[in-house]
Amino acid sequence: MSNKPRVAVFDFACCEGCQLQIVNLEEEILDLIGAVDVVEWREAMSEQSSNYDVAIIEGSITRPEDEERLWLIRSRAKVLIALGACATIGGINKLKNNFDLRDVKKWVYGKDAEKPHLNTELTRSVAQVVKVDYLIHGCPIDRKEFTYIMRCILTGKKPEIPEWPVCVECKLKDNRCLWETGQTCLGPIIRAGCGARCPSSGFRCFGCRGYVNNPNINAAKDVIERYGLDVEVLKRKMNLFGSGNTQVTANG
Amino acid sequence: MDKNIKIDVHYITRVEGHGNIKVSATDGKIQEISWIVPEAPRFFEAMVRGHSYEDIQTIVSRICGICSISHSFTAIKAVENALNIEVSKQTDMLRQLLHYSEQFQSHTLHIGYLAAPDFFGAPSVVPLVPKATDAVKTIIRAHRVANEWSDLLGGRTTHPITIIPGGFTTIPTEKQLRTLQDTIRNTQKDINTIAEVVLSVAKNIPNFERDTEYVSIKQTNPPEYTFYHGDIASTDDGKLVPVKNWHKVTNEYVVDQSTAKWTKWHRDSFMVGALARFNNNYDLLTDNAKKTAQQFGLKKGCCNPYMNTIAQVVECVHICEAAIGLIDKILTKGLVSEKVKVKVRSGKGAGVTEAPRGMLIHEYEFDKNGKCLAADMCIPTNCNHANIQKDMEKLVPEIIGEGQDAVRQKLEMLVRAYDPCISCSTHLLNVEFVR
Ligand code: SF4
Ligand code: SF4
Ligand code: SF4
Repeated sequence: MSNKPRVAVFDFACCEGCQLQIVNLEEEILDLIGAVDVVEWREAMSEQSSNYDVAIIEGSITRPEDEERLWLIRSRAKVLIALGACATIGGINKLKNNFDLRDVKKWVYGKDAEKPHLNTELTRSVAQVVKVDYLIHGCPIDRKEFTYIMRCILTGKKPEIPEWPVCVECKLKDNRCLWETGQTCLGPIIRAGCGARCPSSGFRCFGCRGYVNNPNINAAKDVIERYGLDVEVLKRKMNLFGSGNTQVTANG
Repeated sequence: MDKNIKIDVHYITRVEGHGNIKVSATDGKIQEISWIVPEAPRFFEAMVRGHSYEDIQTIVSRICGICSISHSFTAIKAVENALNIEVSKQTDMLRQLLHYSEQFQSHTLHIGYLAAPDFFGAPSVVPLVPKATDAVKTIIRAHRVANEWSDLLGGRTTHPITIIPGGFTTIPTEKQLRTLQDTIRNTQKDINTIAEVVLSVAKNIPNFERDTEYVSIKQTNPPEYTFYHGDIASTDDGKLVPVKNWHKVTNEYVVDQSTAKWTKWHRDSFMVGALARFNNNYDLLTDNAKKTAQQFGLKKGCCNPYMNTIAQVVECVHICEAAIGLIDKILTKGLVSEKVKVKVRSGKGAGVTEAPRGMLIHEYEFDKNGKCLAADMCIPTNCNHANIQKDMEKLVPEIIGEGQDAVRQKLEMLVRAYDPCISCSTHLLNVEFVR
């Protein structure tokens, strides 16, 4: 038996894009595999295990059976990591919560909507169901941040995750603010750490890393007033990745 | 040999998403063979309603991490069709170049990490690292090139942020494209090495055939081995169906064993994916790609689903050559910075592309403010579910004498050969517009 920490990767409702970022570490993944024992990772290997120290969870919780499975994983793992927006904040799956669920199902499955295997509940993030030890933000996660946090966990250090908004990183890059070109960018209220990736490519921040703790709603209000923005439009954009996440309302 | 078989694979491994296989037989008599898809449904078609035409690709890209570029493009094409937006030749070429990168990424991932372990009789790629270090490193290298290629044009490897209805938010420089071209040139060697490695274990590919209808898009003007432009074609007849009539092709229906919907066209089922493209568009492959196919004995008309992985190898050879040529074309024309202008209007439109695992269709309807009223999609893996079931029904009786383990192994391999993206296929299963 080796003393390496035993790591298992599990996925729930999601696009599996965050797991893909782990694969996308390319050569670096060989180092990581050397430092830990990967005992289960359904998408990449056939082995399975119920004995692990670290559980990495990707995806949102949408069904009762998912919740049970998650509780079981939590009871077995010493450390539980929520990987990516689906797991940390519910991500894109939460858009579903904005509708009447019966309506959503009928829309997709028509007259078959009431068949039991199409059962679905409100979407919840992993953190809304069980205690989570580490959050790795983003949709998808940032590969560098993933290795950084894994290293911290393996060496017992506390990872430092930015608690300031994307705008800070964006300004450091000398980008022209997208609000000036008429784009509704969520940079002022979203947690940094991605290097302002989207605004740096000329695309508005749509909030995949979640709100900063205590988002500065006044800043958002200022921006709304300064650019004469439609509050409804802003709300829709804010709902894209974090709907139901925080009581952030732009009106009032 | 034991004639009693009970196979119950709960969540098949090394595929995208969740699928189960169930087979039971007593005294060689088969009671049940089923391919079951229990993935948690995610309801994207309902979730995009009410959102702006600008946000559609950002939402639907999350249907699938591996095919995020194809989903984004298919959505954008549908939006452009609905809103009557024209794009420049430059945008069109850069898009195709980006789209190639996803085919290349997805294929190398599938060949190297998901399918190859089967050929080597290993449970995953991990034990292959010490045994075949060079081969694994070659795969990793090719996969990295594919990702850098997506990164350069899409702003990142997964869930692109540069492509929008009407064009790009930002484009690479000519110098960056030249460097990319060199990188792809160097990768061609790696692809040949990968082909050789796969060839050395190709004897482990099961010899199974079932006469099948193959469906993919086809581009006639100018004729090209296409992933991006074209109408819908079938090997069953020569007629081309424009994407607006796609419902006539897919005929989706809900079955009890699956959260994903099934499809049928001329027969009970059809197959999409690399093998379907190969069978429909073989003549348009580059000579080197054809040569690679020959090495494996892969011929137009092949109906062994296990050969889908080989068709992916062939496509990798083709894609590298095609991309190098495309970069030449782009550079000859020279890059200019273009402003995206969109006039919002109401409308309904559809778009089709080839995702790595097959034909992908999106359709949207917008009101006069560009707000989405309705969405409908058809995902490649959905198209394949019925065909996987039919393959299993023919395959199991043929191999039942080989015993439980062999049957299980070959069934798992079969599913993996389709390279299914089950997570995609269950997200979007629209039967009809319910208003
Ligand atoms: S967070 Fe985004 S990239 Fe990651 S699994 Fe969820 S949808 Fe995919
Ligand atoms: S573009 Fe977005 S992130 Fe950058 S400064 Fe403006 S609001 Fe902030
Ligand atoms: S800029 Fe915003 S949307 Fe883009 S990666 Fe960063 S947090 Fe996510």
